[in-house]
Amino acid sequence: MKPQIRSLPLNGVQMTMQKTETINIQSSGDVVLVRQAVRLLAVEIGFGLVDQTKIVTAASELARNTLDYGGGGTVKLETLQEGRRRGLRLTFEDRGPGIPDIELALKDGFTTGSGLGMGLSGAKRLANEFEIQSAVGEGTRVIIVRWK
Amino acid sequence: MERIPILKMGNFLLVTIQVDMYDGLAMTLQDDLTNRIAQTQAHGVLIDISALDIVDSFIGRILANIARMSRVMDAQTVVVGMQPAVAITLVELGLSLTGIRTALNVEKGMALLRSSLNETTNQVAATKWRADDDAED
Repeated sequence: MKPQIRSLPLNGVQMTMQKTETINIQSSGDVVLVRQAVRLLAVEIGFGLVDQTKIVTAASELARNTLDYGGGGTVKLETLQEGRRRGLRLTFEDRGPGIPDIELALKDGFTTGSGLGMGLSGAKRLANEFEIQSAVGEGTRVIIVRWK
Repeated sequence: MERIPILKMGNFLLVTIQVDMYDGLAMTLQDDLTNRIAQTQAHGVLIDISALDIVDSFIGRILANIARMSRVMDAQTVVVGMQPAVAITLVELGLSLTGIRTALNVEKGMALLRSSLNETTNQVAATKWRADDDAED
């Protein structure tokens, strides 16, 4: 159950996406909308209260990063089914400045802004799967999955 | 404009956060609260977060800022009512809310504030007593 950086089985044999929704993140109010949408899907999938809280908190951190560091972007919400287990995948994308040193950005307490530096590393801990792609000058994509 | 109400209860101020926090609202709250502390000369601030279903690092930072500002204005802050699922998530997120005192509910929070204020008062009294003693010598 440890979160790890790895490629997601996008072409997995049994994995199917069931529901997709994309939300724009352009303001602090949109971060609230993201939290509400993630909560709704998590409830729908049947996540327990702690799992709901974890995925919503992770989504909140990443949405805020998209806004503060990426200059805004989008999040794609997908419910997944793999065999019997269900999950929620969130893909955050921005066309911001990108992250020059991802390992450093993933360190607890590291920040280039005014935050606490817990957002990215914390979101990684709260997810079952975590993937980050970033190119300087092009943007950043963060994908997290939490399984029920 | 949306505002978070601040209630006065005896020597203390009670802030109940019930809505989703965003930047503007947080700034307004910090403004309002520091003004109310100055106005009422309150020595304690209780922040009730029992209605919050998540606490992320943004809210964590706001709570820490409020506690620090209040401290500078001679008021102590206690955060009360955190939901169990929020506490579990907060620790995994890596936030320990260092420097923020917590209590299970408003009642326990008030008791905590009262006892720590009494201690301070006693210390002040004791210091004064010693000072008076010294003066007599």
